[in-house]
Amino acid sequence: MPTELQEIIRSTKAPLVIRAGGSKDWYGENIAGEVLDVSALRGIVSYEPGELVLTAKCGTKLSEIEALLDRHGQMLGFEPPRFSPASTLGGTLACGFSGPRRAYAGSARDFVLGMEILDGNGNHLRFGGQVMKNVAGYDVSRLMVGALGTLGVLLSASLKVLPRPQAELTLQFECGEDEAIRRMNEWAGRPLPLSATAWLSGVLSVRLSGAQSAVAAAHRKLGGETNPRGEEFWAGLRDHGAAFFGDGATLWRLSLPSATPPLGLPGKQLITWGGAERWLKSDAPAAEVRARAAAHGGHATIYAGDKSTGVFPPLPAALMKYQQRMKRQFDPRAILNRGRMYSAF
Amino acid sequence: MIAIDTVRRLQAVLPPHCLLLAREDVKPFETDGLTAYRNTPDAVALPETEEQVKQVLAACRETGTPVVFRGAGTGLSGGALPVDGAVLLAMTKFGRILEIDPLARIARVQPGVRNLAISEAAAQYGLYYAPDPSSQIACSIGGNVAENSGGVHCLKYGLTVHNVLALRALTIEGEELVIGQGALDMPGYDLIALMTGSEGMLAVILEITVKLLPKPERTQVILAAFDDVGKGGAAVGAIIRGGVLPAGLEMMDKLAIEAAEAFVHAGYPLDAEAILLVEVDGTQEEVSEDVMRVRDILLASGATEVRTAKDESEQRKFWAGRKAAFPAVGRLSPDYYCMDGTIPRKTLPAVLTRIAELSREYALPVANVFHAGDGNLHPLILYDANLPGATEKAERLGADILELCVEHGGTITGEHGVGLEKIDQMCVQFAPAELEAFHGVKACFDPDGLLNPGKAVPTLHRCAEYGAMHVRGGALPFPELPRF
Repeated sequence: MPTELQEIIRSTKAPLVIRAGGSKDWYGENIAGEVLDVSALRGIVSYEPGELVLTAKCGTKLSEIEALLDRHGQMLGFEPPRFSPASTLGGTLACGFSGPRRAYAGSARDFVLGMEILDGNGNHLRFGGQVMKNVAGYDVSRLMVGALGTLGVLLSASLKVLPRPQAELTLQFECGEDEAIRRMNEWAGRPLPLSATAWLSGVLSVRLSGAQSAVAAAHRKLGGETNPRGEEFWAGLRDHGAAFFGDGATLWRLSLPSATPPLGLPGKQLITWGGAERWLKSDAPAAEVRARAAAHGGHATIYAGDKSTGVFPPLPAALMKYQQRMKRQFDPRAILNRGRMYSAF
Repeated sequence: MIAIDTVRRLQAVLPPHCLLLAREDVKPFETDGLTAYRNTPDAVALPETEEQVKQVLAACRETGTPVVFRGAGTGLSGGALPVDGAVLLAMTKFGRILEIDPLARIARVQPGVRNLAISEAAAQYGLYYAPDPSSQIACSIGGNVAENSGGVHCLKYGLTVHNVLALRALTIEGEELVIGQGALDMPGYDLIALMTGSEGMLAVILEITVKLLPKPERTQVILAAFDDVGKGGAAVGAIIRGGVLPAGLEMMDKLAIEAAEAFVHAGYPLDAEAILLVEVDGTQEEVSEDVMRVRDILLASGATEVRTAKDESEQRKFWAGRKAAFPAVGRLSPDYYCMDGTIPRKTLPAVLTRIAELSREYALPVANVFHAGDGNLHPLILYDANLPGATEKAERLGADILELCVEHGGTITGEHGVGLEKIDQMCVQFAPAELEAFHGVKACFDPDGLLNPGKAVPTLHRCAEYGAMHVRGGALPFPELPRF
């Protein structure tokens, strides 16, 4: 399979659109090109529960990986979204998507240990490895995470996995936005077994994970109402199945320093990641949303709606210059997902 | 030798006390933590302002002078070793903690701030900075970023790359890069991942924002003895399969135990072939449950003895032996050489057996200290540099050990970096196309190759000369190059 892909990459004259499950076709700029179907890169290559390491080909469905981990009492620590049953590991890493646990356990990039890729010349390259600590060479495998396939076709990845907590409990507190942001940040500074937080429609939800007794003790400390449908609630946020996401409005994702005060932008808001991620459904002008995020040291991305002002925030000139050079280095003919992130690459 | 023109340019941009040129002044900078390698620099720049750093880089760029960056100089792979004709740019004077925000749990610091100083400053808020390399009282955070430093708590809390939120860096072209500003991700490519561990090859770091974590409510340390190293290794896998993620998981072999015990009297069992130190942390309840589970697993794995530290002072004692392992081994021998390979944990028995064989072949004792949780092995090779050829022999044994790690699916460096020390072993770990990709990345940021030249990534010619090429699929790369 890599050999066939290599051939296509080497011989193509047209830009290629990398695609496996297609569950994230909507993400990023709309691009045209010949589809490079990588869905045949399937299968778990190795998994050692005692090593906390799993290696899989990138077209492997997340559901397959999660089912295997689950049988051994382990999980993907970054809780990646499963936008559809077709969602694959490669697409998830290329987009750099992480779910509710991200602020407490780490991101998709944090859990990557190594990768095999094809660069834009069709070279088959391996970076990183299957061990937790590895500082040989530049960290190219983590660089691939969130690069939207513009630097290489992801063939396989090795990930650190985590033991699944024994117990989880979701607590709810009625409070305003200000109060929710303050509590999320204060609690994260205390030794509490937090694994997810969200504020939506005047309710702060907090998930506790860990040993049964530890979860119970933290519940006693924090108080709050128990949400018996907690699992469903977090899955709705993780996979964007929750009603908040479903109504076709313009949807922004704002990534901000976690203690950023309420932004005061019009529209409906969902706050996750302890305050560091804010989903906004708003008709506010793009420039205003972007400026407000930037003023607080963050940035705003369009998930759904009018993409005419650019999906991703413009990069400062110096960063753009070096990232364009990197694109040229890995993909000199600019054939891999050209324009998916920025028109310049 | 550095060009006189370059010196004049430096003198024009730096006040006299920020530029060392006299031989007696530059001599202390001839080495970093890898003291077997020495090279007296021609000029040491110790700027005090970012503008001066910018000016020094401009002077070097315009005169085509190489630059080597240096933090506290505790690195163990020669990353800060002076290069002939280069300016050594030490960031030592950038020692200010600029901001600690206890609510957002971040610290914004200058690169010369010591690792431990961050945790000390954050302690009043019940917070700390997690990565704890053994040199943490002395090493600087800028150096930690350059090397992607680890420590004993990486399995649970990650390496430097997992704990940095933002960087400000300056390229040799004089461009300032603002990489992230405290949010958990940033648009474009992940330059934090790229810069962290780049060994001073891409840019100089001006400012770092790190994540602070709440100090765990409780910590407990368990010591287990084994009559066989393999059993100890298997116990580590069993603990992790059992669903516990220990904060620290360290292993020492017989020679390391004996050395540590003689040095600090930690109370280690001297009849053991290996000991494991397991640290669990978290809330009161979590720690109580984990301690019970870990004890049960250790006993089921054949531990001959399992001790839980009675109190904090015994915990400190258990750790003292491990933390003093390097100097303790240093007492056994005039010199020792610390290696830094990482292996998949399950291969530990095979790797240790082979290291023991190599140790006999080379007639050099090897003590093994192992960050068992994350597979990071530190074999300490004992030798006497005063004996003719002994240093070279120790280096050859070290190279063999690193290549053994690669053979077993591991890597030549877990946390110390490649620097100059392991540059030849890079040829074993990576194929030529991968090394070329690394050179390509460097060329994006440093087109003239002025930053830390000759370090971290070997040229393909060097690999051909080293003769230990990475052979994939039986095809010898570069058949056209002569081999020696």
